[in-house]
Amino acid sequence: MRLPRLNNVILETTTKVVSYLILAFAIYLFLAGHNNPGGGFVAGLVTASALVLNYLTFDMETIEKRKNFHFRIMIGIGLLLAVGTGLGGVLFGQAFLTHAFGMFDLPFLGETELATATIFDLGVYFVVVGVTMTIILSIGADE
Amino acid sequence: MIEIIVNVGLVILAISILNCLYRVLRGPTRADKVIALDSLGVNLIGVIALLSMKFHTEAFADVILLFSILSFIGTVAASKYFEKGVIIERVRD
Repeated sequence: MRLPRLNNVILETTTKVVSYLILAFAIYLFLAGHNNPGGGFVAGLVTASALVLNYLTFDMETIEKRKNFHFRIMIGIGLLLAVGTGLGGVLFGQAFLTHAFGMFDLPFLGETELATATIFDLGVYFVVVGVTMTIILSIGADE
Repeated sequence: MIEIIVNVGLVILAISILNCLYRVLRGPTRADKVIALDSLGVNLIGVIALLSMKFHTEAFADVILLFSILSFIGTVAASKYFEKGVIIERVRD
């Protein structure tokens, strides 16, 4: 017996609002990781939870139509970023994974400390999002 | 004075968590258990807030938001499983 189509208006509207809040929280966690609790790993998991909420509310076909990349590619990009920051230290005659930082005068933020450890963290972020979504989707797509 | 108030609040929340735990263990239906786990998560958020007052730190503020997000997504996933039988479906029907 085929059940009638369920009407999920409340869930879909809530998802559309809450997803942006969760993604903003993920960005905050990513940028706060240098001086406060947070970092690439937790930010990746929070982003993955926002994506999972979208996959829960809508179906797989709807989201596949709107995104034009594969989550497995994100793992490769993340690993390339992490190795690239390590090789950047070698390029300047230092040991592998030597990080640099400096104070810069940014237009809106004023005197800000920028560190290359952020790029390494971005690699961790991409790998965590890619691995989590690959695991969840390959289990979920199993018939 | 504030220390005593925080301690009393922690004890009350602990009793509330124990009551939720009783409903999780002995709930007649699955929906009762899920609602009990959801309210247990809310009580846990209160415990974390009171502990961050007790330890005089603001490092737990992110944990509160994270717990509320995870509790919401977990409850939605459980309800979807009860309703449809699958959590992530291939095509909506």
